[in-house]
Amino acid sequence: MNVLDVRRVRDRVERVPRRFLPVIATFVVFVLVFGTGLVRYDNFGSPQVLVNLFVDNAFLIVLAVGMTFVILTGGIDLSVGAVAALSTMIAASTLEAGWPPLLSVLAVLATGTTLGLLMGLVIHFFDVQPFIVTLAGMFLARGLCFLISVESISITDPAFRSLATGTISLADGVTLTYSTLIALAVVLVAVYVLHLTRFGRTVYAVGGSESSARLMGLPTGRVRVGVYAVSGFCSALGGLLFSLYMLSGYGLHAVGMELDVIAAVVIGGTLLTGGVGYVAGSVVGVLVLGTVQTLISFEGTLSSWWTKIFIGALLLAFVICQRLMVRRAA
Amino acid sequence: MIRHHLFWPVAALVVLLVVNTVFNPSFLEIELQDGHLYGGVIGILRNGAPTLLIAVGMTLVIATRGIDLSVGAVAAIAGAIACTWIASGGDALTAMLLALCVCVLLGLWNGFLVSVLGIQPIIATLVLMTAGRGGAMLITEGQIITVDDPLYRQIGAGFLVLPIAILISLSVLLAVAALTRGTALGMLVESVGTNPRASRLAGVSSRTIVWTVYVFAGLCAGVAGLMISSNVNAADANNAGLWIEMDAILAVVIGGTSLAGGRYSLAGTLVGALVIQTLTTTVYSIGVPPDAILVFKAVVVIAVCLLQSPRTSELFGSRRRAGPARTRTPEVSAV
Repeated sequence: MNVLDVRRVRDRVERVPRRFLPVIATFVVFVLVFGTGLVRYDNFGSPQVLVNLFVDNAFLIVLAVGMTFVILTGGIDLSVGAVAALSTMIAASTLEAGWPPLLSVLAVLATGTTLGLLMGLVIHFFDVQPFIVTLAGMFLARGLCFLISVESISITDPAFRSLATGTISLADGVTLTYSTLIALAVVLVAVYVLHLTRFGRTVYAVGGSESSARLMGLPTGRVRVGVYAVSGFCSALGGLLFSLYMLSGYGLHAVGMELDVIAAVVIGGTLLTGGVGYVAGSVVGVLVLGTVQTLISFEGTLSSWWTKIFIGALLLAFVICQRLMVRRAA
Repeated sequence: MIRHHLFWPVAALVVLLVVNTVFNPSFLEIELQDGHLYGGVIGILRNGAPTLLIAVGMTLVIATRGIDLSVGAVAAIAGAIACTWIASGGDALTAMLLALCVCVLLGLWNGFLVSVLGIQPIIATLVLMTAGRGGAMLITEGQIITVDDPLYRQIGAGFLVLPIAILISLSVLLAVAALTRGTALGMLVESVGTNPRASRLAGVSSRTIVWTVYVFAGLCAGVAGLMISSNVNAADANNAGLWIEMDAILAVVIGGTSLAGGRYSLAGTLVGALVIQTLTTTVYSIGVPPDAILVFKAVVVIAVCLLQSPRTSELFGSRRRAGPARTRTPEVSAV
């Protein structure tokens, strides 16, 4: 490569705005991790493996979208896993009681959104730390699961089952589930809301500096409460997708999933201090986690706890990179 | 009195104890058998010892505006190391020392990430929370390792009139109280929590202080992990100390220590830990299904937090403006 080429490449790199760098870095890691799989295993290259990343992690993508909203305002939502579990439980128990599927879905979404809204109201009006409020929300939602039933309830409703097992064939026998489409739709809506609506712009403004946003006359209170309602809605929807995936409701579903979700969002380049990050990054973050899991299942001899160690190591690497980048920019 | 920061937590504790006594009149009785004390209250103290110990370490971490999510995983690692060492024919004392050394190292690691690299505490410790449990599984190879060692059994289940576990926790609590409140150390910790930069400029070595509190939290978690595993004579990498970090954080917050850092109350932490453990015991004793305990925890936490919230006292204050002047300095709003 001669000097001119180098300069041209550098120009092009500099034209990419700095704020996209974390997302690009995440994407590069995704390509690298996926590439490792391609090199090591013959079947890893099949398109179905790539599609399955979306199929197996549809619920995680939806949860990560909701969490991104919250983290963008500088908050945190520890209740997502528990609310998702509660959703599986409500769906399964109402279907068992003979509710029509649509009503049951509405009940789930309403419950999740209400829980999120309540947490947001407490955080905003009583000035209690999000960490504590959502932790209490997590305990509450998990506890409610067990009040409904201690046992796992299987879902036998024909409409749910057909939605769960139905597949859409793409070319070459590659199949998608409806959950995947729902997850992708959620991502698109989230991107629209965050970038093209007043609510979304205020989310970024509140995360950047809440006092400045307030002085600018932005409705910070509404947004601070709103993001928790969004996260509650996403957790409920994610829970529904999870109930489609497992075809059961159980109080012990999705234990510790909030940590996976936070890890995915952070790996996706969203700063926990708020104001910086993209939904797309969170999606790639989920894909990285999914790929690590797939790699470990392909390896076969590695035990499942290696997943946790890998995720921890990845998280660490990302946080340190982000830290260095922020320090250089400052 | 209602304005005292310990009023609501103590009130909650008293209510819980009264409820227990109503449902079980012999609850408050304490018996002396073979030189050991037995009774409902003693049971609460004994079962609450690990949470209390972890909460003491957590109090200092939170006072520096940090948080340590990894304590549960560290506790699991401590139990895993000690039990694996004993199961492979090692001596119990060496096993415990070895486990605690590793916990100090893990604390050093957390402290390094937070104080030197400047990573947000919640994320820095999330790394070890996720990876740590995996590490504990690696040590025990995914098995539950059972041991039978009379010395090891003492730390969690032994008695010296009172349960040894609670004696350890209380003496650590008292030592920390004496060390931080008897010297300027506590004030330095609070100053770092209020404004790390200003403290550094004022000549406080913030980095060393922050680093030290994480090491101390790791050590506390290690000892608590030994108590938990010794109490059941086994190391369960999956379930030992699961969610104990949440209980410890709740205990600290119920005790009136603000998560925003800058002030802490060790007496509050003691009350908070007792509230959490008494709540657990109460739910068992009044015959509610144990799985519903989380709902009760959530209700108590929200109630205590709302009652302590400055906004709530403002609401109270506006109605009783004629009352005595507030003795507490007004909250600086977090901007």
